[in-house]
Amino acid sequence: MKTNVVMDEKAIERALSRIAHEIIERNRGGERLVILGIPTRGYELARRLKKIIDEIEGTDIPVGAVDATLYRDDLAIKKTQPTLKKMDIPISIDDRKIILVDDVLFTGRTIRAGMNALMDFGRPLSIQLAVLVDRGHRELPIKADYVGKNIPTSVKEGVKVRIKETDGVNEVLVESAPR
Amino acid sequence: MKTKRKDLLGIENLTVDEIELLLSTAESFKEVSAREIKKVPTLRGKTVINLFYEPSTRTRTSFEIAAKRMSADAVNISIASSSAVKGETLKDTARNLEAMKPDAIVIRHSSAGTPEMLSRYVGCSVINAGDGAHEHPSQALLDLLTVKERLGRIEGVRLAIVGDIAHSRVARSNIYGFTKLGASVTVAGPPTMMPPGIERLGCRAAANMTDAIKDADVIMMLRIQLERQDEAFFPSAREYSRLYGLDADKLRTAKKDVIILHPGPVNRGVEISPDVADGPYSLILDQVTNGVAVRMAIFYLLLGASRET
Repeated sequence: MKTNVVMDEKAIERALSRIAHEIIERNRGGERLVILGIPTRGYELARRLKKIIDEIEGTDIPVGAVDATLYRDDLAIKKTQPTLKKMDIPISIDDRKIILVDDVLFTGRTIRAGMNALMDFGRPLSIQLAVLVDRGHRELPIKADYVGKNIPTSVKEGVKVRIKETDGVNEVLVESAPR
Repeated sequence: MKTKRKDLLGIENLTVDEIELLLSTAESFKEVSAREIKKVPTLRGKTVINLFYEPSTRTRTSFEIAAKRMSADAVNISIASSSAVKGETLKDTARNLEAMKPDAIVIRHSSAGTPEMLSRYVGCSVINAGDGAHEHPSQALLDLLTVKERLGRIEGVRLAIVGDIAHSRVARSNIYGFTKLGASVTVAGPPTMMPPGIERLGCRAAANMTDAIKDADVIMMLRIQLERQDEAFFPSAREYSRLYGLDADKLRTAKKDVIILHPGPVNRGVEISPDVADGPYSLILDQVTNGVAVRMAIFYLLLGASRET
């Protein structure tokens, strides 16, 4: 298997910093924002985005986690059950602007499940999607509002985001399919 | 750790990894019951049948609520209103229920081994909700979760189980569960209610109640099961209460930060005095709350995934 590093630590940092600025610009500051990440890596990225935005705006934006597992559409066809992760909605999401964060946007099914999960907690003013990597191959009409990097891939390739908090290193890898 | 098990028949045959997976999954499910909208779509389209040949409020309601919070359809059959009173055998009942294509049957029965037998007749999951004096796995799991939540661990915890050990499926499942996870278990009860050879399950038999509870981190009081006794195992409820009931006086001989569990329903004034049952050491209602989460975890891990048949 061949592995290419497509984003290194610096590139990830710059991408997150740009996304943070885009979020602030589009929402005219940090008011009413809530940043929610999809565990495990989406949640760590959400915390980093919160930190960057807080530093720029002097805010303390609520940050939390949305575990989409219980809302997945493939539970009945998987051979074993995926492990449940943390659900942590820190405040009422009614009339809030939600920034949903994940590491990789692929089929869009996780994001669909995550949005369904969110709707069970209230009625947000809006949901905006931020991802570190968009690798294409959508199976649902879902589009990211903020993208760290577009990485065209074949379906057979694997995209791995590794970040310090969970993997000890910051990088994005593309693994080519074994021949 | 994953499980490919079809049934949950007891704690005895679960691995440590499986027990830990069930507990950590249950921890995640607690959050669902704390929501304003207490429902997730995870088991939409699944059907759970609660088949109870013995009376139950807590366990049956808990399984029913767990199923419904996961969007499964739950159907309750109690013996009084079932065809068993017309003479239908368990095997026929099982086959007929299976013909309606349920995904799980939760069964409670007064005979040990009934769930195991049922699991051989039906292709759907079978969950033991208590069989005779054999096992009550979901009770042990919720007790483990309650202790783990409060003390942060199971390993090294000292558990005392007091009461009718011989007739208690709760005691048996808990002895298996707690010892597997590294706790040390001591049991105590009137000699007539102590099964010979109980030490073979890995626990210590104490001479009396004071001996059992003096070093305990957790005291589990068992219910005196008057309905399961066809002969007298103790002279009077008053004498039982004096020797083996947990009251404020006996509690003073225990550790200062001890926690008290009881599987319910409580015979107030017999095995536990009202002031202790409602006192600050008692986690009886936490147990009930955790029961729903544990049963959601059981359904999630047994029913969610597809199984090759």
